[in-house]
Amino acid sequence: MDYFAQQLINGLVLGSIYGLIAIGYTMVYGIVGMINFAHGDIFMIGGFIALISFLVLVSLGLTAIPLVLFIVLLVSMAITALYGWTVERIAYRPLRHSFRLAPMLSAIGMSFVLTNFSQVAQGARVKPVPPIITGGYTLHEGESGFVVQLSNIQIIVVLATVVLLALFTWLVSRTRLGRDMRACEQDQTMAALLGVDVDRTISMTFVIGAALAAVAGMMYLLYYGLVDFFMGFVAGIKAFTAAVLGGIGSLPGAMLGGLAIGLIETFWSAYFSVEYKDVAAFSILIVVLIFLPTGLLGRPEVEKV
Amino acid sequence: MSGETILSVKGLSMRFGGIVAVNDLSFDAGRRKITALIGPNGAGKTTVFNCITGFYRPSGGSIALTHDDGKTIQLERLNDFRISKQARVARTFQNIRLFPGMTALENLMVAQHNALMRASGLTFLGLIGAPSWRSAEARAIELARTWLTRVGLLDRADDAAGNLPYGDQRRLEIARAMCTEPALLCLDEPAAGLNARESAALSELLLSIRTEQGTSILLIEHDMSVVMEISDHVVVMDYGVKIAEGTPQSVRDDPKVIAAYLGADEEEAIAVMESGT
Amino acid sequence: MTTSALEKKPASRASGAAFILKKATISALVALVLFSLMIGVRTEAGPQGGLIYWTRFGDLAAIVAAVFGGSIVIELLRQWWGPADKVRVVPPAVQNALSLAGRLIAPALLIFTFLVPVIFYDQRYILDLAILVLTYVMLGWGLNVVVGLAGLLDLGYVAFYAVGAYSYALLATNFGLSFWVCLPLAGILAAFWGVLLGFPVLRLRGDYLAIVTLAFGEIIRLVIINWQSLTGGPNGISGIPRPTLFGIPLSPGEDGLAARLGIEFSPTHRIVFLFYLILAMALLTNWVTIRLRRLPIGRAWEALREDEVACRALGINTTTTKLTAFATGAMFGGFAGAFFATRQGFISPESFTFQESALVLAIVVLGGMGSQLGVALAALAMIGGFELFRGLDQYRMLVFGMAMVLLMIWRPRGLIGHRAPTVYLERNQAISSDLVKEGHG
Repeated sequence: MDYFAQQLINGLVLGSIYGLIAIGYTMVYGIVGMINFAHGDIFMIGGFIALISFLVLVSLGLTAIPLVLFIVLLVSMAITALYGWTVERIAYRPLRHSFRLAPMLSAIGMSFVLTNFSQVAQGARVKPVPPIITGGYTLHEGESGFVVQLSNIQIIVVLATVVLLALFTWLVSRTRLGRDMRACEQDQTMAALLGVDVDRTISMTFVIGAALAAVAGMMYLLYYGLVDFFMGFVAGIKAFTAAVLGGIGSLPGAMLGGLAIGLIETFWSAYFSVEYKDVAAFSILIVVLIFLPTGLLGRPEVEKV
Repeated sequence: MSGETILSVKGLSMRFGGIVAVNDLSFDAGRRKITALIGPNGAGKTTVFNCITGFYRPSGGSIALTHDDGKTIQLERLNDFRISKQARVARTFQNIRLFPGMTALENLMVAQHNALMRASGLTFLGLIGAPSWRSAEARAIELARTWLTRVGLLDRADDAAGNLPYGDQRRLEIARAMCTEPALLCLDEPAAGLNARESAALSELLLSIRTEQGTSILLIEHDMSVVMEISDHVVVMDYGVKIAEGTPQSVRDDPKVIAAYLGADEEEAIAVMESGT
Repeated sequence: MTTSALEKKPASRASGAAFILKKATISALVALVLFSLMIGVRTEAGPQGGLIYWTRFGDLAAIVAAVFGGSIVIELLRQWWGPADKVRVVPPAVQNALSLAGRLIAPALLIFTFLVPVIFYDQRYILDLAILVLTYVMLGWGLNVVVGLAGLLDLGYVAFYAVGAYSYALLATNFGLSFWVCLPLAGILAAFWGVLLGFPVLRLRGDYLAIVTLAFGEIIRLVIINWQSLTGGPNGISGIPRPTLFGIPLSPGEDGLAARLGIEFSPTHRIVFLFYLILAMALLTNWVTIRLRRLPIGRAWEALREDEVACRALGINTTTTKLTAFATGAMFGGFAGAFFATRQGFISPESFTFQESALVLAIVVLGGMGSQLGVALAALAMIGGFELFRGLDQYRMLVFGMAMVLLMIWRPRGLIGHRAPTVYLERNQAISSDLVKEGHG
C-alpha cells in the first residue's frame, strides 16, 4: 500500500509535466489542425535554457534560491516562447494553406533542426545538475521500513502546474486573445473577415504553448536533475498521447490525459518492467486512438456526408 | 417480376443525441418508378438518404429492398460499402463527390471496382496480364464510354473531373453511380445549381435511365419543375415526419404541404404552388 | 496569405532599403535572444561531475551577424524575384525542350544506372553510394504505394524495413536458410505485420494515423532493443550470410564464382553483384507498382486518397483496400530490409530509427506524391546530398532538417507536380497536382 501511494505521488508529478507539454499540442492542433511535431523539442530547449540561465545566475553570485528559480522561470519561458514563435514563422506560416502533408514534413524537419542544434550547441552528453531543491516530508513510515515521501520539488512541480494551468485557462476563456483563438478554431476565414488578426492569433498560440513547454522543461530539470538533447522526442510523443487521450482541443483534457499517462507509466515501471515503459505508453496511444478516438473530454464527430 | 415495390421504409427513426432528425417515417418506392422525397430545408431528407445508403445506422425501423428476383435485403443491417456492393443501391451527393484528380473515365472505372476486382482475379490475374482480364477491362471501358456518351461528356473523357464545369460534374456523378449497375439509384438534389436548360436535360436523362435501364430512382430535389415533371410518386417530409404522399398533382394541392412550405420559407412555397403550371 | 500581408507588399517596395534594414535588424535581434544562452554559453559536465560553463560570445556575434546579412540577402532576392504567386510565362521553345527532357530523363537515368558498375568499376566508394541510393529508391517506391497512391500517412515505415532485415538475419543465422529463400519470407512477414498493424488503425484520420504508425515504429525498435535473447539487443546481429548467386558464393574459395569462371577473385565482384541485385529488386518494385496502378486495386487506392466517402458509396471496401496498400508497401520495405541485412552483414536497432522513416517519407513527398520518377530523383538528391555533407559530421542532421523545411516551402507538391492517368480514351494528358487530393483527414 505504501509502495502504491509513493508511485501515485511520483505518477502525478510526472503527469503534471506531460500535461504541460500536452497543452501546447492540443492548442495548436485545435487552431491550425496540425501536429506540431517540433513541440517536444521546444520542451527540450526550455529545459536547456532553464539549466543555462540557472548556472549563469548562480555563478553571478545570486544565492537566494527562490529568487533565482523565479528569474529562471521567467527567462526560460520568454526565450522558449520566442523559439515557438520563430518555428511557426519560419516553418509553418508559409505553408498554412498548402498541401496537408507539407506542414507535417516541415514540422518533422524543424524537429530535427532543434534536436541537432542543441546537440551541436551544447554537446551530446547528458547535463546533470546537483539537486537544487532538497528536503521534503515523510508522509508515512511502513512497518517494513518503506517510507512514503513527498519531496519539496514534487510539491513545487504540482503547484506550478496548477497555478499556470489556471492562469492559461483564464487567458483562453476570459480574454480577448482567448476569444480570438476560439474564433480561429471554428473558422479562420470568417474570423479574419470579422477583424481577428489570424496570423497574430496563431502566433500567440504557439507562443503560449512554448511558454508552457518551457515550464515543463524547467520542472523536468528540477525533478530529474538532468537534460539532454534527445529528451524531446519521446517526451513529445507521450505528451501528444496525453493530448489525444484527453481529447484533442481540450485544455483540461490535455491535463487529465497528462496525469493519466504519467500514472500509467509510473505504475507500469513500478510493477512490470522499466525497459518496456515506453512500449506501454505507445501501446496506450494506439489503443486509445482505436477505441476512444475523441478522447476523454473531446467532442464526438459526426461524419458529414 | 416480384411486386411493384423495390424499397419499403417502415417506421424509420434517426436520432442524434437528443435531436430527432427522422421520426417513424414509412414510405414505399415503386419498381421502375421515380420517387421524389421533398420537404423544406432541414426536414430530414438527406438523413433518410444516409440511412438508406448505409452512412448512418438508423436508430429504429426497417428498410427493405426487394430485387427483381424476389430476394429481399434489409438495408439497416448492412453498412457502408456493402449497400452498394450487395444491395446494388447507388447514390450521388448533395455537394458533388467526384475524384477530382482523376479523369472522367477513371471515375467511371473506379465505379466498376467490384466487377473488375473479380475479373482481375483479385489483382493476381491482372498482374500477369491474363487475357480474361484484358477483355474484362475492355468491356469496362466500353461501359464507361456508353455512359459518357449518354451524359454528353465523351469529349471530356480524359480531362480531370475537378476541371469540369459544375453541371458536367453533376452529370458525371450520375454516370458514375450508373456504372455500378444499380437496382436503385438515390440522387441527392441532382438539379441543384443547374440552369433551366441543364435541368431539362437532367429530367430527360433520368427518365431515360428509368425506361432504358429499368433502374428505380429515389431523389431528393428542391427544383419543383423537375419533381413535377418526372416523378411518379412524391413523399413530402417536414420536421422528420411524413406529412403527405401521392402523385405530384395531389401533393401540390395538399394544404398541409403548402402550409409546411409557407411556414418554412415563403419562396419555396410559392415555387411549389407555381411549378407545373 | 491574409489581406494584411498582401497590403504590406507594395509598401515594402516603396520604402526599399530602410525596410530591408529594419527587417534584418528585427531578425538579428530575434536571433540574438534565441541564441544568447544556447550558443553564447556552453555547458559541460566537469571533471568532478558538476557542471561547468564557458562563454562563446564570439560565436554568438558571428551567428547574429550572419542572420543579419542573410536576411538582407533573402529580402533582396525576394524583391528581385517578385511576388511568389506571379504567373511566370515560359517561352514555348523552352517549354518544348523541358517536356522533351522530361520524357528522356527516365530512360537516360535507367541506362546510366545499368552502366554505373562499368563506369565506376574501380571506385568502391561510388559503387557503395549507388547501392545506398538504390536501396532508398526501393524504399521510396515502396512507401509511395502507401503515401503517394493510397494517401495514408505512414511515419513508421522503417518498422517494416526492420522486420525484413531481422527476419532474414534470424532465419539465416539460426536455421541456415539461404538469401533466396529468406527474401520472399521477409517480404511476407513484413506484409503480415503491416496487416496486423493496419487492421485496427486504418480507419483513423490522417494525422492520427501518422502518429500511430510512428508509435508502432518505435515499439518495434524498443522491442528489438529489449528482447536481447532473440535479437541481441543493442549489440545487434552479426555474421549475417552474404548473398550467393543462386547457391554459388562470391568468395575467394575453391567453389567461389571467380574460381568456377576461371577468373581472378576480386571483392568488387560482390559489390557489383549487390548493385545489380538491388537494381533488379527496385525495378521489380517499380514494375509491380506501375502494373497495380492500372488495375482496379490501384485505381481504388487513388480513389481512396481523393475521397473515401465516395469510395464507400461505390461499394469499395475501404478497409481491405487500405490494408492491401499498407501490406504491399510493407512487403517492399521487407524486401529492402532483407537486402540491407545481407549487404551489411550486421544489423542493429540503430539503423531503424524514426529518422529513417522521416528520410524515406521526405523522399516520397519531395518526389511528388505518386510519381515514380520523382521518387527516384528525390532519393538521388537526398542521399547524394546527405553524402556531400558527410564531412560535416554532427551538422549533417541539422542541415538535413533545414533542407526539409526549405524544400517544403519551395515545392510543397514535390518535384513532379502532375499525375498521369491510368487509362485514357483519346489523349493521355497529365493532371496538375493542384487538383489531386492528398488523402483524407
